[in-house]
Amino acid sequence: MSLASEAPKESFRLSMLIYDTRYRSYTIQVAVLVLLLAFLGWMTDNTIKNLAERGKDINFNFLWQRAGYDIDQQLIPYTNDSTHGRAAIIGLLNTLLIAFIGCIFATIVGVIAGVLRLSKNWLVARLMTVYVEIFRNVPLVLWIILIFVVFTETYPQPRDFRLTDEMVAAGEEPKESMILGAIAITNRGSNIPGPMLDRPLPTIEIATVPISLSAVAFLVVVAGSVLVNRRILARAKAIQEDTGLRPTTWWQSLLVLFAPAIALLMAMGFHLEYPEIKGFNFTGGIAVNHSFTALLVALILYTGAFIAEIVRGGILAISRGQTEAAYALGLRPGRTMNLVILPQALRVIIPPLISQFLNLTKNTSLGIAVSYLDLRGTLGGITMNQTGREMECMLLMMGIYLTISLLISSLMNIYNNSVKLKER
Amino acid sequence: MKKSVFLGTLAATTVLTGAAFAGTLDDVKARGELICGANPGLTGFAAPDANGVYQGFDASLCKAIAAAVLGDPNKVKFVPLTSETRFTALASGEVDVLIRNSTWTYSRDHDLKLDFVAVNYYDGQGFMVKKDLGVSSAKELDGATVCIQTGTTTELNLADFFKQNNSTYTPVTVADDAEAQRNYLAGTCDAFTTDASGLAASRSSFPDPENHIILPEIISKEPLGPVVRHGDNQWGDVVRWTFNALLIAEEKGITKANLAEVEASTTDPEVKRLLGLEGDFGVMAGLDNAAFKNAILANGNYGEIFEANIGASTPIGLARGLNALWTQGGLQYAAPFR
Repeated sequence: MSLASEAPKESFRLSMLIYDTRYRSYTIQVAVLVLLLAFLGWMTDNTIKNLAERGKDINFNFLWQRAGYDIDQQLIPYTNDSTHGRAAIIGLLNTLLIAFIGCIFATIVGVIAGVLRLSKNWLVARLMTVYVEIFRNVPLVLWIILIFVVFTETYPQPRDFRLTDEMVAAGEEPKESMILGAIAITNRGSNIPGPMLDRPLPTIEIATVPISLSAVAFLVVVAGSVLVNRRILARAKAIQEDTGLRPTTWWQSLLVLFAPAIALLMAMGFHLEYPEIKGFNFTGGIAVNHSFTALLVALILYTGAFIAEIVRGGILAISRGQTEAAYALGLRPGRTMNLVILPQALRVIIPPLISQFLNLTKNTSLGIAVSYLDLRGTLGGITMNQTGREMECMLLMMGIYLTISLLISSLMNIYNNSVKLKER
Repeated sequence: MKKSVFLGTLAATTVLTGAAFAGTLDDVKARGELICGANPGLTGFAAPDANGVYQGFDASLCKAIAAAVLGDPNKVKFVPLTSETRFTALASGEVDVLIRNSTWTYSRDHDLKLDFVAVNYYDGQGFMVKKDLGVSSAKELDGATVCIQTGTTTELNLADFFKQNNSTYTPVTVADDAEAQRNYLAGTCDAFTTDASGLAASRSSFPDPENHIILPEIISKEPLGPVVRHGDNQWGDVVRWTFNALLIAEEKGITKANLAEVEASTTDPEVKRLLGLEGDFGVMAGLDNAAFKNAILANGNYGEIFEANIGASTPIGLARGLNALWTQGGLQYAAPFR
């Protein structure tokens, strides 16, 4: 009997694309893809047509034209004779600077607040709860503006620091004096002493970006010292494992870490340059605008509140047994946290931490609220306005923010891979 | 989320397409309302009064255009724009006409694809400082911190001026007049720079105008005027000739008060053409023959608008200067209505 031995061979029919569950999902996916592509194509076509209708084209040549405007905070030299492209780079560097410092400090604030929120001390734990809830439940831009206004309204004007001849004659002191004679905080910014060298190494220029060889030499020496110090510590550890006795290394470490750097600085004639009131403003030293400080502080506190919650969640995810086991071994609470709990919690913490870093980086564009000239302020603000190239500037900005975000997440993913549980 | 983005984009594209294909004049008539881009915070030029109604020199021109096109000066919707958003708002069709003390320049004509159809105020850039700063000339501002509105010609003039004088300055870039005034009053900047008329208008709104001086240097030419999109010539002509009608009215002595009387008694053929008593001049522009009469009735002639909003009798106290009629030694000159 061979009645049921062979299933009847069904030939493929078109209707199976809809009625056969084996093929239906493909049909739907292809249809959606085609629709999506058609929509994107129509959007692009529509944009180009509408731009053409208005006599506009897509053209990035403006990036090589003279910018003509000035920027108050510049990490590499820029004048109003520089190009729009360079202005965009100045803005990008300002964005990166604030994002970099912000990410580091937001992590520190977040970890401390997150750990303290779990503290057994009622007052400390409640204070941290208040901090977290206040900062994450009010829009960031309000914090930025609030902090900026507090800075600009409470600190004195630069001229209050001035000592005029008449005041000397009358034996009066200026209304305001600098903190420790070195730091002046005005309603415009903070002026702090800046490093100066009497005998600096020459400065070379790579792609119109001047690079101070003195700074490079300093960094090389510091990096070398750190490497040597690690060697010393590794040797101490090896001896400890062999003999059970750890040799005293602190004076070696101190010597290796600081002596070469200090010697180099002295050779180059290092000294501090103090800010001084001259004319309308302070000159000399380093001037930090309040727009920068306000944006940075607001970003740190705001993102720190979110990170605190992530850290708290990460710690709570570690089983209570781990703590108890550590106590049983005689570890004190501080060491338990540092050596047992946090390293395990990191695995839970890092993935959501990445998105907080991305948020912080993108949120730097809110600097526009306090006139901080970042990428959004230069390329997406003044350049866009002066050239009228909205489409090009927006596309460029989106591309740049996308690149920065992808870079940050890939770096953090590499780190995540290095700390995650190694499964064998 | 995805859906709303999609709908938003769709809506945006529809607006773009809509604006591209119809003439602005037809759009305004069909809508029954003129959408006018205005400065939300420059007293005397355009700012909402206590009742939220926009008043001022620029706002009056918007009302005159509405009167010419729709027969009612109140059929205007004012859209507040910053110096940064104004041209984008105009180019994207969000507003029909932009009258926001904007300077006519070469690159705005060509790069931004806009048309400046008239100059309603001939201005120049100046500096304002507090009296106790002890500065009497802009050349003494070396090293000063200067408040400047972003996206303006003044931003570029400022850079040029300091460069020519081999001096330096720190720019504080702000978005609009209100923010500039706040920063300036708080002492965050030593000087505030914008068009001299804008400085006078700002000063009049300060609690202590007598403690602020406008420095004598005028560092640029700033012809301010109404702007429309490039390529819509019919609409551009309507705006231009509404403004010209106000000028001709002043030239011929037609005021809001005596218009009815003039209409009844005039024998001047140009006045007759202007008021729509003779010929089909309004219809030629796609309007009513009484269009320009309505425009004059809205706020009076150019001189009346000037005096009522920014003239010598107001707190702003600007003299006519370059903005006097050509017959009185100024630059305001309308082409003949013929």
